[in-house]
Amino acid sequence: MKFGVIVFPGSNCDRDMMHALQDDLKQEVVMLWHKDSDLSMFTKEDCIVLPGGFSYGDYLRCGALARFSPMMEQVIKFANEGGKVLGVCNGFQILCEAGLLPGVLLQNDHQKFVCKNIYIKSENTKNLIGQVVGDKVLKIPVAHGEGRYYADAATMEQLNKNNQVVFRYCNENGEVHINSNPNGALNNIAGICNATRNVYGMMPHPERASSESLNNIDGRAILEAFTYMN
Amino acid sequence: MKYIAHINIMPLKELLDPQGKAVNNSLHNLGLSQVHDVRIGKHITLSLEAASKEEAQQAAQDACKKLLANQVMESFDFTITEA
Repeated sequence: MKFGVIVFPGSNCDRDMMHALQDDLKQEVVMLWHKDSDLSMFTKEDCIVLPGGFSYGDYLRCGALARFSPMMEQVIKFANEGGKVLGVCNGFQILCEAGLLPGVLLQNDHQKFVCKNIYIKSENTKNLIGQVVGDKVLKIPVAHGEGRYYADAATMEQLNKNNQVVFRYCNENGEVHINSNPNGALNNIAGICNATRNVYGMMPHPERASSESLNNIDGRAILEAFTYMN
Repeated sequence: MKYIAHINIMPLKELLDPQGKAVNNSLHNLGLSQVHDVRIGKHITLSLEAASKEEAQQAAQDACKKLLANQVMESFDFTITEA
């Protein structure tokens, strides 16, 4: 399998993602420019990654303009055909704007950009990441101004019913509490997947926690989950 | 005909608007204690060519629904005037 990392104007975690996948996970990585529209070299075994950053300068709304780039039209098609897609931070915002994931990421409740290590945990094993990370509490950095996950009540009910919540913010001991929520996200949601479990979005940055030299490899299992698929 | 669409986009009422809240607090610091419930949205104007006002309305509606507003978090309204 191989990974494709999309580079939008304003992406700034694309290289971090490439290094994590290529150097730490020893995977094949292809960088994809947002203006191209050829995903023919990717099959269902592969994974397309939308990295963090500030695509299109966050103009209008985070992720709103990236959603209409030629490559995203192909990613939507790829996802709808069952291809695996991971969006981190701004990538998560783009997936929500594209309608590949439900809900939206709103401005943090405290109005500040938050950049620090936080703890998350997976609450079920009914998705690809949960199967790999289990119930281990993971320390992963977040860095965002708009990370407050929100969806209406009907959507939230669906998410919970279908076990689509992948990660919730928690404390060091794995307790999910409002005090360990860095942005005011509804029900401490840090990451979700779609109903068919091939599209994943999360605000924390696993690619910034995948190298021994960064003194934190908690994120590695999250990225590795996409190599085990199939 | 040339028309101008004047579009207002606002965060949904049930959602916390942190920007509005911060501005609200600053207005209180100014001494304007009678101010409350500040909410901040966007105003967008766009010019468009259309055969009729109805056609212009339809185009503005499409623009709002497909890109300018995200209805999960925002509501929109607009008026059309002749340019």
